[in-house]
Amino acid sequence: MIRPDEVKMSAEETGKWGMVIDQDICTGCQACVAACAMENNISFVGEVDAGYGRSMHWIRIERFWEGEYPEVKMTSNQPMLCQQCGHANCEPVCPAFATVHSQAEQLNLQIYNRCVGTRYCANNCPYQVRSFNWRDYARPEPLSNQLNPDVTVRRRGVMEKCTFCIQRIHKAQDKAKSEGREVMDGEFTTACAQACPANAIVFGRVDDPESLVSQLARRSHGVKHLEELGTLPNVTYFKGG
Amino acid sequence: MADNNKHAEHHARTEEHFREKHLMLDPLPRGQMNEMVMDSMHTTSWKFWVVFALLSAIVAYGLFYSWGRMILEGLGIAGVNRPSYWGIFLVNTVFWIGISHAGTFISAILRVFKAEFRRPFTRAAELMTTFGLVQAGFSVFMHMGRVWLSYWLFPYPNQRLLWPNLHSPLTWDLLAITTYLLSSTMYLFLPLIPDLAMARDRSTGWRKTFYKILALGFRGTEGEWTHLRNAMNIFAFAIIPVMFSVHTIVSWDFAAATRPGWNSTIFGPYFVVGALHSGMGAVVMVLAIVRGTMKNMKYFIRPEHFEAIGKLMLIISMAWAYFFFNDYMVQWYGGDKWTHQLLHFHEAGPMGWMWFAMLIFNIAIPWAVLWNAKWRSKPWVAFTVGLFINVGMWFERYIIVPISLSINRMPFTWRLYHPGVEIPLGIGTLAFFILLYMIASRLVPLVPVWEVQEGQMAHELKKFGRETVVTVSELE
Repeated sequence: MIRPDEVKMSAEETGKWGMVIDQDICTGCQACVAACAMENNISFVGEVDAGYGRSMHWIRIERFWEGEYPEVKMTSNQPMLCQQCGHANCEPVCPAFATVHSQAEQLNLQIYNRCVGTRYCANNCPYQVRSFNWRDYARPEPLSNQLNPDVTVRRRGVMEKCTFCIQRIHKAQDKAKSEGREVMDGEFTTACAQACPANAIVFGRVDDPESLVSQLARRSHGVKHLEELGTLPNVTYFKGG
Repeated sequence: MADNNKHAEHHARTEEHFREKHLMLDPLPRGQMNEMVMDSMHTTSWKFWVVFALLSAIVAYGLFYSWGRMILEGLGIAGVNRPSYWGIFLVNTVFWIGISHAGTFISAILRVFKAEFRRPFTRAAELMTTFGLVQAGFSVFMHMGRVWLSYWLFPYPNQRLLWPNLHSPLTWDLLAITTYLLSSTMYLFLPLIPDLAMARDRSTGWRKTFYKILALGFRGTEGEWTHLRNAMNIFAFAIIPVMFSVHTIVSWDFAAATRPGWNSTIFGPYFVVGALHSGMGAVVMVLAIVRGTMKNMKYFIRPEHFEAIGKLMLIISMAWAYFFFNDYMVQWYGGDKWTHQLLHFHEAGPMGWMWFAMLIFNIAIPWAVLWNAKWRSKPWVAFTVGLFINVGMWFERYIIVPISLSINRMPFTWRLYHPGVEIPLGIGTLAFFILLYMIASRLVPLVPVWEVQEGQMAHELKKFGRETVVTVSELE
């Protein structure tokens, strides 16, 4: 018999950075969506393209309802973003190695300047969280002045996706390193988690059992979406707790 | 005495009947036949140029202008969206690879099995392979977001030691299609050499230079024939597994993905049969047009050929129906709720008409028409059935690509696909295919004359007692 603590998990299975999203306290205010767009230089595609399923959001609030109009009951909102899978479906299908697994951060990264735009990764993503630059979208003044200098601006024909704000991760790691210590839990967080007024999003190290995100993720009613596909997602959802 | 006369008369009648029906039993002097083929290349009416100009305009607008605009503005002017990241571009890619399939199938498989009826139209089929693959290439490169960087998909030496990802089905696909394009072009070229030499000896001016270069100095010595036959034999056998692998690998683009409706183990053979289905339909359409529009072609392409191809089409249609049923049923029995949702979306969703049209065009119409030898011998009937099959097979790919993509495991993102600039681009590839074919019909003999002559020399009508029989000397 193997005791549970003897089971060796691979780095992909353990994950490194993870998130917990509590759908019960999410109000669907879209602050995370706006904050993410600001932080990550995401283009605004305009009404027409957005209406045709081309809006570019690295995180979106999925709203569902039950029943038929007029007796409609809203169910809880579901913020959906890249689940940073340990076994990501998007990675093996890219013919150019533009979609890769970062060994250091255990994140799925999109190498924008290597992407040739076959869009296979987006087809194969079961969570449908990848955004494609269908055009070069305009950034009229003064919007161009608020670009985040830490994040690449993408051009047409390139796939992009949530990075768990990797620029913030690196910033915190650099700071900790210069001070000769480890990054502390809660020292920094992603733009979406920072902006959430209800604190429905918690971000941190899932490989550290003492971190807040790990403690929350251990609560019994946490679920990982489409886990049955073997994707090893790193985002845990709470609903109906 | 009277009895003898009666027998002679009977023999003559049978012989004439056979001649009329079978090209192999209706020999013409070699010189005359060569002249007929040369003549068919040189006779160009004003109608040809009208169609030529029209198609050129469509290609210029549909293919080059529209593609240029898409490169400059981005894929936004096309209809692809989330979740249908692949649209008509991939439909057309699969479609054109399918068309290119039958060329090799007819030519290589029938050559290997020594089916005599193949002789006059192997070339027409092989040309279809090469030109179809050109369109497939156009369609797949069009769909790339940054096509100007497509050379990154090829394994070329570079300073950063970056290689294409061999885990990706798209990389397999690219390698398979490149292999197929190169080998099918060589396979087209080999049997063409004796005909190019024939044309060289009968041309003057720029045509003489053109054929002289292409004929590679072929004179027809025994050594040259031996080498040519060996090479052709190797290619005919070797290209068959290549052909099967190509469409299987195309199907893996879908089957290897984690999507309801795509994740099907039967996709490999299903796609191969589907490719043959549309390809045979396309061959029969090309033959009907060649026979109807080009000089002297009524001698070479006869109802017997439509009859023979019609039989193949019927069998392939049945095979396709079997695989379709198999694919559908096994997926349905799997009981996965998303697949279930998708299968109902196919037939009951907003594009359900396309699903039913596919079944009618691919199964009902071919079965209803092709069982009758008299009907399928008529070129226009065969052409019409071929057209239906091709539309039906295009629908099939449309259902597999954008319609199946409309539904996924994230209901929030479900959305239908509406084509945009894909339409002129798709029509552009079709026009370019016909245009390439028209140019080829004026430059290379569409009928492999030497193969027809070889077949005719091997067949003979002989009288044994009261019976007239077709005798065959050993072939090759």
